[in-house]
Amino acid sequence: MFESLFSGDRRLFDELRRMEQQMDEMFGRWPWPAGIRSTARGAYPPINVGATADGVDIYLFAAGLEPKTVDISVQQNLLTVSGSRQLPAKEGVDYYRQERYSGEFRRVITLPDDVDPDRVEARYRNGVLQITVKRREAAKPRRIEVK
Amino acid sequence: MNQRQEVTTAEGGEVRKPEVQPEAVLYPPVDIYEDAEGIHLQADMPGVSKDRLTVQVDRDTLLIEGEAKIEMPEGMNALYADVRSTRYRRSFTLSSELKSEVIEANLKDGVLSVRIPKREEAKPRKIEVRTQ
Repeated sequence: MFESLFSGDRRLFDELRRMEQQMDEMFGRWPWPAGIRSTARGAYPPINVGATADGVDIYLFAAGLEPKTVDISVQQNLLTVSGSRQLPAKEGVDYYRQERYSGEFRRVITLPDDVDPDRVEARYRNGVLQITVKRREAAKPRRIEVK
Repeated sequence: MNQRQEVTTAEGGEVRKPEVQPEAVLYPPVDIYEDAEGIHLQADMPGVSKDRLTVQVDRDTLLIEGEAKIEMPEGMNALYADVRSTRYRRSFTLSSELKSEVIEANLKDGVLSVRIPKREEAKPRKIEVRTQ
């Protein structure tokens, strides 16, 4: 279960996206359109999105955030997460490396069409912001009983 | 040139699967700075809790390892993934003027902070210039 979100998924859709990304890097542009809201690789924070029959879970890997400063909004099936992580540089010290992201961020995620924008929950644990958006009741698979 | 072919292949449903790779390891981004007291290191390791984090020194190597554990509902399918591994690992070589036996490590909200103090004799001393 845990595997599926991180490494195991080798479906066509995923595969195509990976190819597209590789091609993008190789050739600089792809003759077919990319998702209108897709961002360049390495955007902060990295996200994983997983779906179940009940809803969609979005994981933002954003360590050291102040949860109150994060703004989450859902409009129809469009989820926007914005906030900032400011890492003020210390005065009077020598920096050898500054690789951690500092500044404002904003990521927009297109969710499946059947999500319910009124049922969204978010929590922050160990540096991961998990946003759960439930699907509309009518969209859930129903078991039809055979009489 | 090649691009067309690739796509035709994809549409034909015969996408070549990538060879199985050894488990990927994430390379956590770090900030490292030095002041008079020692060296400070901060690493972003979101998803790692204290019990899944290892900070160890072996001779002159500082090794940071962690495993992210994310709560996931049963039967989840991935739709999109920027993060494709749950293991973090990164190591650094320390130098002899650092007191590697008294390293302090702290983890908060997925940010690891490590402080490595300098030996007393290695702290900068102000040399007074005397005038005769």
